[in-house]
Amino acid sequence: MRHLDYVAAADANAALQRLSAKPQEAAPIGGGTNLLDLMKLHVQNPAVLVDINGLPLSQVREVEGGGLRIGALVRNSDLAQHPLVRERYPVLSEALLAGASPQLRNMATLGGNILQRTRCAYFRDVSQACNKREPGSGCAALDGYNRMHAVLGVSDKCIAANPSDMNVALAALDASVHVQGLKGERSVPFIDFHLVPGTHPDKESVLQPEELITGVTLPASGFAARSRYVKVRDRAAYAFALTSAAVALELEGTTVKAARVALGGVGTKPWRSKEAEAALVGKPADEVHFKAAAEAALKGAKPRTHNAFKVDLARRTLVRALSLTAGIA
Amino acid sequence: MDTSVGKPLGRVDGRLKVTGGAKYSAEMPEEGVVHAVIVGSTIATGSIVSVDVKAAKAQPGVLAVLTPDDAPKLAADPVKKQSPTDMVVHALQSRKVQYQNQPVALVVADTLERATYAAALVKVKYRAGKPKVDVKAEQPRAYKPKQINGKPADMDQGKASTDKAAATVDATYVTPYEHHNPMEPHATLALWEGETLTVYDTTQGVFGTRARLAALFGIPPESVRVVCKFVGGGFGSKGSPWSHVVLAALAAKAVKKPVKLVLRREQMFSQVGFRPETQQRLQLQAREDGKLLLVKHDTVSCTSEFDEFVEPSGKSTRMLYASDRITTSHRLVRLSVGTPTFMRAPGEASGTFALESALDELAVKLKMDPVALRLKNHADKDPETGHPWSSKSLKECYRVAGDRFGWAKRDPTPGSMKDGRTLLGWGMATATYPTLRSKASAKATLLPDGTARVLAGSHDLGTGTYTVMTQVAADALGLVPAKVKFDLGDTRMPETPVSGGSQTAASVGSAVKKASLALRDKAIALAVADPGAPLHGVPAAQVTVENGVLVSGGKREDFAALLKRKGLASLDAEASAEAGPEKDQYAMHAFGTHFVEVRVDPDLGEVRVSRCVGAFGVGTVLNAKTARSQLLGGIVMGIGMALMEETYLDPRSARFMTQDLADYHVPVNPDVPDIDIIFVPESDPHVNELGAKGIGEIGITGVTAAIANAIHHATGRRIRSLPLTLDKVLATS
Repeated sequence: MRHLDYVAAADANAALQRLSAKPQEAAPIGGGTNLLDLMKLHVQNPAVLVDINGLPLSQVREVEGGGLRIGALVRNSDLAQHPLVRERYPVLSEALLAGASPQLRNMATLGGNILQRTRCAYFRDVSQACNKREPGSGCAALDGYNRMHAVLGVSDKCIAANPSDMNVALAALDASVHVQGLKGERSVPFIDFHLVPGTHPDKESVLQPEELITGVTLPASGFAARSRYVKVRDRAAYAFALTSAAVALELEGTTVKAARVALGGVGTKPWRSKEAEAALVGKPADEVHFKAAAEAALKGAKPRTHNAFKVDLARRTLVRALSLTAGIA
Repeated sequence: MDTSVGKPLGRVDGRLKVTGGAKYSAEMPEEGVVHAVIVGSTIATGSIVSVDVKAAKAQPGVLAVLTPDDAPKLAADPVKKQSPTDMVVHALQSRKVQYQNQPVALVVADTLERATYAAALVKVKYRAGKPKVDVKAEQPRAYKPKQINGKPADMDQGKASTDKAAATVDATYVTPYEHHNPMEPHATLALWEGETLTVYDTTQGVFGTRARLAALFGIPPESVRVVCKFVGGGFGSKGSPWSHVVLAALAAKAVKKPVKLVLRREQMFSQVGFRPETQQRLQLQAREDGKLLLVKHDTVSCTSEFDEFVEPSGKSTRMLYASDRITTSHRLVRLSVGTPTFMRAPGEASGTFALESALDELAVKLKMDPVALRLKNHADKDPETGHPWSSKSLKECYRVAGDRFGWAKRDPTPGSMKDGRTLLGWGMATATYPTLRSKASAKATLLPDGTARVLAGSHDLGTGTYTVMTQVAADALGLVPAKVKFDLGDTRMPETPVSGGSQTAASVGSAVKKASLALRDKAIALAVADPGAPLHGVPAAQVTVENGVLVSGGKREDFAALLKRKGLASLDAEASAEAGPEKDQYAMHAFGTHFVEVRVDPDLGEVRVSRCVGAFGVGTVLNAKTARSQLLGGIVMGIGMALMEETYLDPRSARFMTQDLADYHVPVNPDVPDIDIIFVPESDPHVNELGAKGIGEIGITGVTAAIANAIHHATGRRIRSLPLTLDKVLATS
C-alpha cells in the first residue's frame, strides 16, 4: 500500500520544515474537506500529510485602522458568524453561508477554502484527460460536459471554474493573503493570489509548495458594510454556484462613489471586475447603469456548449446583487 | 379490542435504526472477512487486450487479483437468464467490454484500504470501439421490443373518431438519465461453507438473488441462503442481482474466505442500472368541449448492447383517460451503456410527465380549466381492458385536493399571479399506479409466553414492512402489536416476491393475515376441544380473541395458558396468498392528484416549489404514519426529478460524468415545502385480503408535470425536457 506519513506540526516552523523537505510530495491539511475527498479519488496523492491544526492560526482580530486579520485555520462557520464580519463585511458572511453544508463549514478552514480545487468532473475522474491534474494530457472538458465551467479567464488548456464562494467575497473586499515560507513572510493581494490557467492549469496560485497560508487581512473600508452576496444555483442549498456576485457600494445620495465587484461560478479564478467598477463609479445607482456594469463585467466571456447560459445569467446576477446592495430591489 | 391497522404506529425498528443497532448487509459481523474492490473499465465498447496485475499482486495483504484470464468459471452462462427480470451480469467471464466502468478485474485483500490501493495499480490494455451514445441519433435503428412488462409494446385501443378536432397537441417530451442513488450503496458479503453459499446482500429480492446465484454456481437453491435484514433505499436498483453480487461469491470461492464487496458511489452510476433517457411524442386531439378523440403516445428509450429493459412510458396512457382512440408504442435503441432498470414508477413517472404536460397544453388551447378537462375525460371503466375498476376515487381526489389548495382562486392567465416581483404558478396533474400482487407465504407461531412470532422472507426498504406486518398480524391474532415480533429478510423464511411494483404490503400482508388467522383458528380449535378446558364445547365461531385472551361470554383462556395446558412449546400455521379470479374481472389501480405552487424568480429563473397538496385513493391505509411517509418520499423524489435530477453521459466516451452526490442533485430540505397529503377514504373488497393498494410509487407519478405546468402558469414558458433547470426557464423567454 502507498506509504503515507502523517505529521502533526507543533508550530509554523516545524510545518514548513516538513513541507520543504519534500515540497512535491507533502501537503498541509487543515479541515481536510477537499484534500481527503481528492485523495480517495486518487486525484491528489501526497506522501506526507502535515497537519497544521495545532498552529495558532484560529484567531480573528482587529488590526490598527479598523481592518480584520483572520487566521488561516478559522473555520468557515466561525468566520461567517463572527460579529465583526457580520457587521463590517456582510458579503463575506453571506458568501460563507451560501457555500457547502453546515457539516462541511464546521470543518473547512479559511486557508483551505482559498485553495479549494475545482469541481470539474474530468479533473476528478482520473480516467479522463486533464491538464490541471496531469499536465499535457489534454482537456476533456473543452468539448465535454461543461455546464458548470468558467467563461472568464479561460484558455484552450483549461476552463475549470474556481468553486469557492468565500473567494468571491474576498476578491471584492481587497483582501490580502499572508504567506509564510522558511525564508520569511510575504503578503499578496488576494486578486493576484490565484492564477488563470493559461498554458499551465496545474499552477493555480502564487503559493509555492513549501509555503503556508497563515491568514488574510481585510482592510478597513467605509463601504464594505454595504455589501451583498448573491448566489444562483440548481437547488436551494448545498450546490455550487452557477453564477454568483459579491458587491460592495459606497453611495453619495443616489450616485455611486466607489464600488467593488467580484463574480463567482464564471471565472477560472475568483473574478474581480474592475471593468464593472469603472462603469459604476460616478453614475446613478439605477438599473440602467447596473446593466451597463454587468455588460462590462462579462465582456470577453468565452462560453462553451453547455455553459453559454452563464453569460447572461451572470449579468442578471450582478444586477440583482447591485440592486440589493443599493437598496433598490 | 382496538385494532392496530390504520393507526400511525411508530416504526417497530425505529429505535434500532437511530441507535445504530440495525445491521445492514455490509455490517453483518463475520469472522475473518476480507475485502474486494472492483476495477472498472475506462472504455465503453471493445475488448480487453491484457491485464497487468503484477504491481497489484505484489502489494502486502493482497490475496487475489481476478481477471478474465483466471477468474473461476461460472457453471452457467451469465448472459442467460433464469427469470425475465434477471440482469445480464459481467463477472469476468469474457474479455468483452460493453459499458464504461464494467468490472474488468477484482482485487481481494485483507483490508479495504489495501484492496482499494491495489485496484488502482491494475493496468488494463483495451482495444476500443466507437461507442453508441445518442438516443436521437440511433432512432433510425430503433427496434420494437417483444413485450413491456408482459404486455404488447404497441397497442391500438378504440377507433378513430369522426368528430372534428377543435384543438390538437403534438409535442415531444424528453426525460434524462437518472440514477437511483439510495443512501446505502450496494453491498454483498459472501461466504462458502463447502458447497453451501451464504450471501448477505442489500437487495429487494432475496429469493430472486438465491435463484440466480444457485443457477450461476450450479448448486441447488437450498444450498444458497440470502439474508437482508435492512435496506437503505433501493428504488428499483436492488431488484435483481448485478455483477458485484456474483463477483463477491466468485471471489469468496477463490480465496476461501468471506468476502465483502461494497460499491463506491461512482460505481453506482454505472453498474447497477438507471432510468433511461426517453423521447416521448405525445399527440392529442380534442373536441371543443374537451372530449378526447385521440391520444397517441410514442416512446423511444435506450437499452444496453447486451440486455433489454424497456421504460414503459406509455403504460399509464393506456388506462388513465377515456378517449375514442388511444395508441401507444415503445421502441428501443441499443447504446454502449449498462442496462437500465426499474426506477421508482418505471414508465409511470416518465410517462406521466409527457401525458400530463400535454393535457395541460391542451387545456390552455381549449381555454379550459385543467381539472375540468380531466373530469371531462374521466375513465369510468378501464380503457385498456374494458373492466370495471375495483375502486376509484379520482374525482374525489381532485375535489378535496383542489379545495385544500384553493384552486378556485387561480387566474389561468400565465404570469398573472405574483408576490412582489416573484411569479407564482399553480399547476396540477393526475397520479396513478397499478395495484399489483404476487404469491407470498408467511408463517405465524404462538410462543409459550403468549406472544407471537411471524415470519415472511420479505424486505423492508425503509418503507415500514416490519411495522405494518406487525400490525396486520396483531389484528388477525387478537394481540397488541407489542406482543408480535415480525421478522423478514431471509430465504430460510417463507417465500415472498421481490419488493418492487409497490406490491409488498398487498402480497406479504395478505399472507401474513391468512397465516395469522389460521393460527388463531387453530388455537381456538384447541381451546374448545378438550373436556375440562375453560372454553370446552363452545362453538369455535363464538370465540373471539382479545388482547391474547380467547373469550366467549364469561369463559376465557389466554394463549399462554392454552399452550401450557397442552404442553406445547409452540403452535404454528403457514399460509400462502395470491390473486384469484378477481384479477381478470376488475382493473386495479391507485389514483391521486397533485396540486403545486411554484415561485419563480423572473430575473434569475430559479424555481422553488412553495406548496404541494396531494390527495390519494389507495384503499385501506395500513399505517397512517408510514403511508404518509411513502407518499412524501415519492413526492420529494418527484420534485427532484422535476427540478434537478440528471446524469450526464459524455457523448465521446459513453461515460456517465456525474459521479457523486454533490453533482447529482436530489432535493435538500429547503427545496421541499410542507407537503399536505390527504387520504381519500376508499374501501376496495377486490384487490386483496387487506383492501390495500400499493403506495410506494404513486407519489412520484405526475409530480414532474404538475411542476412543469405550474412553471408554465407562472411564466408562460412550456419546458418539455426534464430537469426544469433555470437555464431552460430563462432560455425560452
